[in-house]
Amino acid sequence: MTITNYLVLAAILFTIGAVGVLVRRNAIVVFMCIELMLNSVNLTLITFARSTGTVEGQVIALFVMVVAAAEVVVGLAIIMSIYRTRRSASVDDVNLLKY
Amino acid sequence: MNEVVPASVPVDGLLSVTWLVIVLPLAGAALLLLGGRRTDRWGHLLATGTVVAAFALAVACTVALTERAGRAVSLDLFTFIETGSLDVTAGLLLDPLSAVFVLLITGVGALIHVYSIGYMAHDPGRRRFFAYLNLFVAAMLLLVLGNSYVALYVGWEGVGLASYLLIAFWHTRPAAATAAKKAFLMNRVGDVGLALAIFLMFAQLGTTSYAGVFGSVGLLAGGTVTAIGLLLLLGACGKSGQFPLQAWLPDAMEGPTPVSALIHAATMVTAGVYLIARSAPLYDATPTARTVVLAVGAVTLLIGAIAGCAHDDIKKVLAYSTVSQIGYMFLAVGLGPVGYAAAIAHLLAHGFFKAGLFLGAGSVMHAMDDSVDMRRFGGLARRLPITFVTFGLGYLALIGFPFLSGWWTKDAIIEVALDRGGWSGWVLGGVAVLGAGLTAFYMTRLMLMTFFGTPRWEDGVHPHEAPPSMTAPMVLLAVGSVAAGFLLVAVFPLSGWLEPVFGEPEEAAHLVSPLVVSIVVTVVVALGALTAWLYVGRREVPTTAPVRVSPVVTAARRGLYADTVNESLVMRPGMWLTRALVWLDARGVDGAVNGAAAALGGGSARLGRVQTGFVRSYALGILGGAVLVAGALLAVTA
Amino acid sequence: MSDVPWLVLMIAVPAVGAAVVAALPAAREALARQLALAVSLLVLLLAVLTTIAFDPGGERFQLTTSVAWIPDFGVEFALGVDGIALSMLLLIGVLVPVVVGASWRDTPPPRPGRPARSMTAFWAWLLLLESLMVGVFAATDVFLFYVFFEAMLVPMYFLIGSFGGPNRQYAAVKFFLYSLLGGLVMLASVIGLYVVSNSQLGEGTFAFDALRQLEIDPNVQKLLFAGFFLAFAIKAPLVPFHTWLPDSGAEAPIGGAVLLVGVLDKVGTFGFLRYCLPLFPDASRDLAPWVLVLAVAGIIYAALLAVGQSDMKRLVSYTSIAHFGFIALGIFAFTTEAATGAVLYMFNHGIATGLLFIVVGMVIARGGSRQIRDYGGLAAKAPLLAGVFLLAGLASLALPGTNSFVSEFLVLIGAFPTRPVFTIIATVGIVLAALYVLLMYQRVMHGPPRGVLLVDEDDAGDGDTVRPASGGTGATAVLEAPVRARVLAVRDLSRREIAVVTPLVALILVLGVYPQPLIELISPAVEATMIDIGVDPGGSTPAAPGSTGTGGTD
Repeated sequence: MTITNYLVLAAILFTIGAVGVLVRRNAIVVFMCIELMLNSVNLTLITFARSTGTVEGQVIALFVMVVAAAEVVVGLAIIMSIYRTRRSASVDDVNLLKY
Repeated sequence: MNEVVPASVPVDGLLSVTWLVIVLPLAGAALLLLGGRRTDRWGHLLATGTVVAAFALAVACTVALTERAGRAVSLDLFTFIETGSLDVTAGLLLDPLSAVFVLLITGVGALIHVYSIGYMAHDPGRRRFFAYLNLFVAAMLLLVLGNSYVALYVGWEGVGLASYLLIAFWHTRPAAATAAKKAFLMNRVGDVGLALAIFLMFAQLGTTSYAGVFGSVGLLAGGTVTAIGLLLLLGACGKSGQFPLQAWLPDAMEGPTPVSALIHAATMVTAGVYLIARSAPLYDATPTARTVVLAVGAVTLLIGAIAGCAHDDIKKVLAYSTVSQIGYMFLAVGLGPVGYAAAIAHLLAHGFFKAGLFLGAGSVMHAMDDSVDMRRFGGLARRLPITFVTFGLGYLALIGFPFLSGWWTKDAIIEVALDRGGWSGWVLGGVAVLGAGLTAFYMTRLMLMTFFGTPRWEDGVHPHEAPPSMTAPMVLLAVGSVAAGFLLVAVFPLSGWLEPVFGEPEEAAHLVSPLVVSIVVTVVVALGALTAWLYVGRREVPTTAPVRVSPVVTAARRGLYADTVNESLVMRPGMWLTRALVWLDARGVDGAVNGAAAALGGGSARLGRVQTGFVRSYALGILGGAVLVAGALLAVTA
Repeated sequence: MSDVPWLVLMIAVPAVGAAVVAALPAAREALARQLALAVSLLVLLLAVLTTIAFDPGGERFQLTTSVAWIPDFGVEFALGVDGIALSMLLLIGVLVPVVVGASWRDTPPPRPGRPARSMTAFWAWLLLLESLMVGVFAATDVFLFYVFFEAMLVPMYFLIGSFGGPNRQYAAVKFFLYSLLGGLVMLASVIGLYVVSNSQLGEGTFAFDALRQLEIDPNVQKLLFAGFFLAFAIKAPLVPFHTWLPDSGAEAPIGGAVLLVGVLDKVGTFGFLRYCLPLFPDASRDLAPWVLVLAVAGIIYAALLAVGQSDMKRLVSYTSIAHFGFIALGIFAFTTEAATGAVLYMFNHGIATGLLFIVVGMVIARGGSRQIRDYGGLAAKAPLLAGVFLLAGLASLALPGTNSFVSEFLVLIGAFPTRPVFTIIATVGIVLAALYVLLMYQRVMHGPPRGVLLVDEDDAGDGDTVRPASGGTGATAVLEAPVRARVLAVRDLSRREIAVVTPLVALILVLGVYPQPLIELISPAVEATMIDIGVDPGGSTPAAPGSTGTGGTD
């Protein structure tokens, strides 16, 4: 059982996430894609931690999960309030902050 | 010749207040200009008084001068500029040469002041006129009395200013304003020459005083002396209306007639002759520059005489005559030591008869409602008897009628020119004789058109003789015109008086006997006068100038195209250049600055467009950046 | 008398005055200008007393004050004057009260939609500017000089930008950016000097006297010289760094323009003489021909441009650029006569051009337009105004008898022995000077009354204010309808205006006839500078004729 498979899976997950962020307009979906990318990174971290027998990777993964949780709370709140005022969850509608 | 200035002899008595001669008219000018309308009522009397007083003082000083060893007084007044190795002292030099000029300036100046009292009686700007006239007298006196080239330069530009102010005296007339500007500018071109000559003297000799410069002429390289001589000549040409800077003088006739008489005939325009005569020690060391002076004089005397033949404006004819007569003086000073005294004698005689002629012309204009068109004169002899007689005497003196002033002084110049010998002597003598004939022609033409023939007056003109304040100076000047030449050549020989300045007058061996010269000149003059009579005397003069005339007449009417040349060679290219430079400065130099600013502003605005506000495009940017970094890392580690 | 800190007083008095004036409520404009006049007259008195306390034959820098300011970097608050700086202080002392008088009736420019500014700010900025101008000439610490040099921009920026003509914002920003650019490059050179002094003396210093003793490598000298030179060439301004001046000169209120051209720009030429030459003698000698090219090109180029101007204030600004060319020629000819002439020129130009600006301002105040074509025949209506205008013009073209003649003559005659070719070209400039002065004079003053003088009095509108109508198109339009035109009664000079011009007229004439006292004040400092750059201060002409001058390249 080599680590290659895990890394390939993580890369595939990251790519799906990245493409999702770039092509989807719905803020919720973009948000989920970001989560996907975070988790692919987590997978990579744990893979390397396991293969080298150290704990740092796992610790960082735990940190990522905590930060991601906090991020979800703030992010969803923002999306909710935008949706309430503009009746839309599309990220392209929120483009006032420019030039 | 260098024992000119025995500066060590202490100056006391009357001569120590020579500066008062300058200060009197200057104070008059200052008082009139600062006093304002309060001085309107008596200002002209004060101005005249100061000049008369200056004349009296000048006479006294000259008498005192004759009793003095070396006949020269150098008076240091105060330190003007002293720094480094430059030391310019404001000082005066009264010697026979400057004394002659001081007498001429104050004497003729006083007469013309008196004349102006009548001439300007009804002009609202009379006070201003007299103030400027006083200013002129003061500046002109400084010019001739200064003991260094810097003092001369100060006076030189001072008379230029006074000339500007007086030509533009009736400044609401655009022609007068333009003529004044033209005069000042062409004079300034000459002034550049004079200034550069002074710089060159200082650079080479470390001094600008006459004594210092003349004392060390021998130390200068030949080329340097020639350069100084030519630069001084440029200055002299500007001030004296000599070729190629002669075009301003006829235009200057826009000024009031007393101004034309005093400044543009008798005194200021002869400053160039003074400059060259004063710089005699320099010119004696440079035959080349002297030859150029000769050539300028000869060319100008012909230009002036030819142009004078074709004009119908009485003052312009006299102005071209002045140009021509100063040409004679330049010719004489260009001939060197033998000619200096002759030039100064002619200058003085010319000062008398030309001032008288101008005053006469002013009297005619006074009678003819300020008209200057000789085609509308005619038959004035009976209406203006005093003017006719005085003018006629001036006329005879100018054309060289035997035993009047011009005959003595002009013949002397022609003799000296012929004495030069060789082909150049014959050419110069011939030119001078030809000039005498032309002079007779245009002056006779003027006389006939103005005083003889049938009246061609415009309607409503009632000629009347001028008041005594005007005629009295005319009479005095006429007396001078008659007698000056005789007195200066035969009774009190000017060459003897000027000996301390120019050295012993050498008795030249005459190549042509003076008697022959005299006869020839008189015949030529008679021929010229006769020709004029044939043209205008025996037939009716049309009241408008004929249009279909020969090219020669057209050229003469246009002053031999001096203005055309100036306009097409200097003025128009200059205007074009100015316009091009204004465009270049706005578009090129400032354009580059504004362009840089605009490029910076525009660039940043364009760069700002990248911030679209779309989150996903930022995300793409982040991804792209991350990939780039990762790629770079791989590339480095690989 | 010499223990009184005159220079500190001369800086402090106007600064305090500025603070007091600024603190006044906006409505107390009359009090503000009276205070400004009182303070500026007090400074004039101080300047005179300073001159009395100064001993021309004594040490180079006198009346010195020195207090440690930033000890870590060796920066000191060090003041002191030589004859050159003192003549500039006198110029400031004379010009500021005159400017206050000339601006007495100025009104702030209208601001569409908003109430006009109060003039109290104008007077406060004016006094602050005076304080900083004194500082910049009195500083003997290079860092302190730099601080004053940059700080001066601020009040001038507000004088132009808040109280100027229609296009004032553009002009103010342009002035500020240009000066700032030069100043920052100079800052690099100032720091460079500090570094050099640190390595040579063991501890860094900005003291002028110490820096003067350094032996700097020629190549380093050139770089440092370039930094200072750029700042001063922009300030002075030399062609091609000049394009800000016509805009600023045209848009600034008359008082601001007088101080800008009369004093502020002199900091540039003063800097050449005080900093460029003594600190970098080798570089100065090597680069002098190039500077002279700029100077002489500027004389001819700016004079031709002045001839082509249609706006009177722009015209006067261009004449100043030509005059700065003469000053630079005098400084970089490296002879005592020329450099003395250059310093004298700095003083005289302030007086003469100051008067010209003020008189032009008076014309504009009557006609409401800056355009020459809107005027004509003014001399017939206002002879006194015309007379002063002519005198100012004649001083500008350096007619003998006016003060400018002495300085221009000294510059040219002093530069001729070492730099004949440049001098000959520069001398041609005197013809052009006559041309631009007389052209403007003729068009504005001579001829029949025309232009704005032909407007009905009701239409003259703001004829009494100093605000020029932009372009004056309204006035020229009237020309085309001469039927209803009649000659407007133009006031001649009022008593206030006579009081304003009298001191300058008197100085022009007095210094034109008897300049020697001022020359004696200036000469020792110039001779010291000549020694610094290794030129014999005795003068440019050798005792034995024929050999060339002592200056120039070695």
